[in-house]
Amino acid sequence: MVDITSDRIETGDRSVARAKALARYRIPDSIFEVLTRSAAIVVLVILGGVILSLIRGALPVFETFGFDFLGTSSWNPAKERFGALAPIYGTVISSLIALVIAMPLGIGIAIFLTELCPMPLRRPIGIAIELLAGIPSIIYGIWGLFFFAPFLQANVQPLLIETFGELPLIGALFAGPPYGVGLLTAALVLSIMILPFITSISRDVFETVPPMLKESAYGLGCTTWEVVRHVVLPYTRVGVIGGIMLALGRALGETMAVTFVIGNVHKVAGSLLAPATTISATIANEFAEASGDLYVGALIALGLILFFITFLVLAGARLLLLRLEKRAGA
Amino acid sequence: MALTEAQLAKYRRRARGGRIRMALSLGATLVGLTALALILGALVSKGIAGLNLAVFTETTPPPGSTGGLLNPIVGSVLMTLIAVAIGTPLGILAGTWLAEYGAHSKLAGVIRFINDILLSAPSIVIGLFIYELMVRPVGRFSALAGAVALSVIVIPVVLRTTEDMLRLVPTQLREAAFALGMPRSLVIRRVVYKAASTGMVTGVLLAVARISGETAPLLFTALNNQFFNADLTQPTASLPVVIFQFAMSPYKQWQDLAWAGALLITFTVLALSVFARALSSRTK
Repeated sequence: MVDITSDRIETGDRSVARAKALARYRIPDSIFEVLTRSAAIVVLVILGGVILSLIRGALPVFETFGFDFLGTSSWNPAKERFGALAPIYGTVISSLIALVIAMPLGIGIAIFLTELCPMPLRRPIGIAIELLAGIPSIIYGIWGLFFFAPFLQANVQPLLIETFGELPLIGALFAGPPYGVGLLTAALVLSIMILPFITSISRDVFETVPPMLKESAYGLGCTTWEVVRHVVLPYTRVGVIGGIMLALGRALGETMAVTFVIGNVHKVAGSLLAPATTISATIANEFAEASGDLYVGALIALGLILFFITFLVLAGARLLLLRLEKRAGA
Repeated sequence: MALTEAQLAKYRRRARGGRIRMALSLGATLVGLTALALILGALVSKGIAGLNLAVFTETTPPPGSTGGLLNPIVGSVLMTLIAVAIGTPLGILAGTWLAEYGAHSKLAGVIRFINDILLSAPSIVIGLFIYELMVRPVGRFSALAGAVALSVIVIPVVLRTTEDMLRLVPTQLREAAFALGMPRSLVIRRVVYKAASTGMVTGVLLAVARISGETAPLLFTALNNQFFNADLTQPTASLPVVIFQFAMSPYKQWQDLAWAGALLITFTVLALSVFARALSSRTK
């Protein structure tokens, strides 16, 4: 930027007065810049604060149990024995199942909205799907607890047990009575929650496919599905994967919806129908009542593990999407 | 050249397979819409049944008796306002630096990346952070801690929208202002902000929508309070936390109140986001 104050090409009283007037802005001007820069640095401070405070809070636990904390599943506050295996297992498995369900649905909706849906309906349906993302997670939780879980318990789970329960390998996944709440219920609620994230990112990247490419494929005699499968999806692969990872990050960290419907049992059961727990559900349920440094520390250590896992997933997602933006910009 | 019978048959098969797969995409959409309808339907039918005047005028009842949601409503509004008051200026200033000053610097790239991660970071972890920062040292849960936890969620949302909106302002507008001899900070505040104001308001609205339903970060910062409280240094009730407590309880009156609260929150959030969307589509 040109330094206005030193710009004295004209001479005379008026220009001197003008330069003086401008000089008055010099200090406020740099103060404003410093202010904005400090505010930007606050973002880094927050991240640093989160990491440092979690590490500090979790320290007593890692000092007591070492890395056994990650590998054992006993969770006994009375005897002060803590292991993170059950919540980690619950978090990872429920999120992965949610992803497996939401991925085809989310991409399917995006395909429908970009290729098949009549123009006047595109906006309303798109908005409706995005409303799913706007509903607070506690609402999913309360709905899951009072409507969805009883429905699954009465109608879906007995059917699953009947159909798969006797089979040799898969049977173990559907063992036990239909509790209603449990790993599978949590995963299903999660899949509805992350659906809109997958859809909206997929739709955005689908729209970046050059019409020329699609038209060439149609010109060769491809059907709509073949164009989607062999032109649109390969072209947008990176973006779609980025969106899916972003959704996975959401699912891993989701708290309230899961807390209501997972059953909160510290056990690695193997069956998808059994009650389980996740990292976030454990923290949400037990933190306010936790007494003793070790108990609180164990919960904070869980938080640290969760933050670490989601950070990796989200960072991966962002890097993929960033690469895409660069390609689009070039 | 005419197609042979075999080629035609093959093409028909491909077309049929394609139609089936495209029909599946319609099915996926129907699943999504059905889920939305089921959730909203349950919410409206259960929520309206629990909604009455007492919900807004009475405080939360002890188990087994009737009451309202006055204290959690006031607590939620209070904490949301403070969170926005803290988070908005920080988010706007930081977004300004990213768009106007630091735009292409390495630091800006790093901040942008970290901010995007904070945008979807688990909110319960942010609750733990504020607990370690503001609750543990004092030994007391407080509305202020809850508000700060919420403001940590506000900052990334406002930052992101501010930066995006400022980038949409045409460079020529800035150049015209510079040519008139305006200092840089004035160009930003008087010209760029003015041009981007609608978009920036949208960002704040979205942030409010986001935090109105947040439960996890309040569970161990503001905690809960059965009584009316406007003292910021005391534990304070909020709608989401009360819904959590009441819905998980075995008492019928509490569950009814939880549904009424759930309806209130959802419609506030959806109204805010629809309003924000209307604002932003008007500018485009």
